[in-house]
Amino acid sequence: MSRLLLALSLLVAALFTASLLIGPARVPPLPSLHALFTGNDPMLTLVMREVRLPRALLGLMVGAALGLSGAALQGFLRNPLAEPGLIGASGAAALGAVLAIQTGLAAAFPLGLPLAALAGAMASVALILLLAGPRGGALTLILAGVALSALAGAATSLVLNLSPNPFAANEIIFWMMGSLADRSLLHVGIALPFMIAGGALLLSLGPGLQALTLGEDAAASSGIRMGALRWRLVLGVAAMVGAATAVAGAIGFVGLAAPHVLRRAVGGSPARLLPASALGGAALVLAADIAVRLLMPDRDLKLGVLTALVGTPFFLHLILRMRREGA
Amino acid sequence: MMHLHKLTVRRGRRVVLDGVDLSLNAGEFAALLGPNGAGKTTLLRAALGLLPATGHSSVAALPLAGRARAAAFLPQTRDIAWPMPVADIVALGGVAQTPDPAQVEQALTALDLLPLRHRPATELSGGEQARVLIARALAQDTPLLLADEPIAGLDPAAQIAAMRVFARRAAAGRTVLASLHDPGLAARHCTRLILMKGGRIHADGPPMDVLTADNLAQVFGIRAHVTEGPHGPIFQALDLAPPRGD
Repeated sequence: MSRLLLALSLLVAALFTASLLIGPARVPPLPSLHALFTGNDPMLTLVMREVRLPRALLGLMVGAALGLSGAALQGFLRNPLAEPGLIGASGAAALGAVLAIQTGLAAAFPLGLPLAALAGAMASVALILLLAGPRGGALTLILAGVALSALAGAATSLVLNLSPNPFAANEIIFWMMGSLADRSLLHVGIALPFMIAGGALLLSLGPGLQALTLGEDAAASSGIRMGALRWRLVLGVAAMVGAATAVAGAIGFVGLAAPHVLRRAVGGSPARLLPASALGGAALVLAADIAVRLLMPDRDLKLGVLTALVGTPFFLHLILRMRREGA
Repeated sequence: MMHLHKLTVRRGRRVVLDGVDLSLNAGEFAALLGPNGAGKTTLLRAALGLLPATGHSSVAALPLAGRARAAAFLPQTRDIAWPMPVADIVALGGVAQTPDPAQVEQALTALDLLPLRHRPATELSGGEQARVLIARALAQDTPLLLADEPIAGLDPAAQIAAMRVFARRAAAGRTVLASLHDPGLAARHCTRLILMKGGRIHADGPPMDVLTADNLAQVFGIRAHVTEGPHGPIFQALDLAPPRGD
């Protein structure tokens, strides 16, 4: 098991390094890394520290956030089809971002968009609290999340629909495709506290999710506080997914696939899946972000478009495997 | 071991558990019998504090971690969400406790699960999964074990084996309360039968005292033949009881 985490960590480290070394400024690897750490070449150091490093760091953080949130939600809902967008935080964050673009807030100051997106995610937590009530199980949470996602989606469409400014509408559409290009260390700084807090909350859910393997009654009767577990989950997912959406837009498929791919490798254990899926998600996003730069260096292929495209054959493979197994 | 006093559960306006008083002692293997909808599951869940209830339950009155140390619960729904190996499922504790590995081994042995221990539990048959969940409840090693239809869907040999495991556990000074649907099996293995109907306890006592013609007609609506055989009580359902004139 720890061997799996080690292997995944090495994979993430390798992809992180590769991400640092890929870009339009074609510089050999060693001088690049040298410039990153020592600052001996002002131009190259600038590229490494202000362009490549934030992009790689955000890939790592966004991927880990999606992988971890997906694993936590799947564990809590006892359903392998749950994904991070389910409780509405990403939809609400996207709405916040869209409003920031539409109102000009995003153009007025550099962190306007991510801050508005984070505000949207936090508002979604309050709404979920209100809708799902203090008690109740997984079903009320799903229903509240579906209602919230639908509302956020409708509001986003409304903004697009009524947008008097075609450039804003265009910008919104491109932003919603999800990307890690042209982000700065400011973006890293704004997302990091939410990522750390949310990550700590979600990683602490292990014992509760483990007990939930046998259902809510079995978990509650073995000493799990179901209400507290649910709020830690909602807060953790909203913080991580809200921050991820705020800095990268919508990146689909990763939160669903990372736990799926790794479940067998951790012996099905939802607790052990949490750190593994965080690393797996980070590896997926880093790899996809490398791929968009290699596949179409001059066309700004969006990361979210690529993950969605890669997702389809993955699910076809899953379907075929299930059919072979007769499920 | 467990005391219930005027335990009452309402669902909307309907009273589904109606002021139940019950005391279970150490060494008892008690069967909860009654028709569908009699309130057996509700009684077990309310006693554990899994349902909002009025009245008193000595287990539900404990803090959450204390409940988990006092009583293990085997729910009726056998739903294993993830493909975890059998041995890992049996070792599932909670935050309150992690079962002793020796207890896990013992439970695996008692339920004849050693050959399956590395198999993902989700790939087993329904009956095998039921045995895994019984073993998991046993491995908690709590003074009290509440089991909701633990042997439903097991083959006859596995049913008898499971009843013997519960009886041995009670004989060792623990308490087992299990809802069951087979009065014959209950009468042969349990020390005490509790007959429920309409959210109340209709009769409670040693098997032969409880399985009277009147009780069986009133609670189950059946006529049955109950005799004391060489290996314990023998129960044979004969027919539906004629409709009563009250």
